[in-house]
Amino acid sequence: MNLIQAIESEQLKNAYPDVSIGDYVKVHLKIKEGNRERIQVFEGTVIARKGGGLSETLTVRRLSYGVGVERILPIHSPKIERIEIVRKGRVRRAKLYYLRDRVGKAAKVREKLANKSR
Amino acid sequence: MAKFMLGRKAGMTQLFDENGLAIPATVIDCGPVVVVQSKNLETDGYQAVKVGYGAVRAKKVTRPLKGQYDKAGVEPRKFMREFKTGETFETGQEIKVSDMFQAGDQVDISGVSKGKGYAGTIKRYGQKGGPGSHGSMYHRRVGSMGPNTDPARVFKGKKMPGQMGGANVTVQNLKVVISDGERNILVVRGAVPGPKGGLVEISTSVKAR
Repeated sequence: MNLIQAIESEQLKNAYPDVSIGDYVKVHLKIKEGNRERIQVFEGTVIARKGGGLSETLTVRRLSYGVGVERILPIHSPKIERIEIVRKGRVRRAKLYYLRDRVGKAAKVREKLANKSR
Repeated sequence: MAKFMLGRKAGMTQLFDENGLAIPATVIDCGPVVVVQSKNLETDGYQAVKVGYGAVRAKKVTRPLKGQYDKAGVEPRKFMREFKTGETFETGQEIKVSDMFQAGDQVDISGVSKGKGYAGTIKRYGQKGGPGSHGSMYHRRVGSMGPNTDPARVFKGKKMPGQMGGANVTVQNLKVVISDGERNILVVRGAVPGPKGGLVEISTSVKAR
């Protein structure tokens, strides 16, 4: 197991320990078009964080023109430039799959307020 | 020229390639091997090299094997294997992974596959099963043995239940991703036969030669 961790650690990105379930995030993705590279932003709610080590992934869900869109993003992928946390969410579950069955206001995650004072 | 190496499978993971895509990778704890005997055309009739690999307690080595190691003047190893090769090696010489393989090389890897026990034809050959219900009574059975009167026997090679796994398996054309002689690590793209800790033989791909 140590050998595998040694190999994985070379590509680990020290990645975003503060991104937690329920957070609303902006993921900056590098997109290659021909030989030009540009940044595309995908934003949404983190509904799951899966796997460990180099294989860890985030599932980000958003509504786009009334259609639910989910992207599973490998956290350590070099194609992810950075992840920006827009607001923290207050949730009581590790996987927010129940959001898929909800629409409108019911599909919202409440914001976590820092120290209840803000 | 045919290159070779011995190692133990450490397990699988995924890595990102230069395009940022995740690729499946097997990590092998690989080498160093030590040359026990160098065979040549004059004395042996063919050219090959016999190598030892892996640490072993001295009392675990049988006397015939110990004799071979003593003759070469090297510490006994756990495994001994022979490889045909065109190159000549000195007895007692240590060979590292990086001496043999570089990233980008194509290799064949052999090992003993995981034992699956006595398996039926569905698991062993991927045949289809019968209906589960509606009184079929034909769930996972073998099926027809073939024609009746004419051959009046069952053809050789008829797919039937039996031992599955625990056999020598070679996977061809695996690409080397990392070859590190200092840490004795070889990483290849794709899967390798056998359990974690199982001995694997790595050689230059037959089809790439």
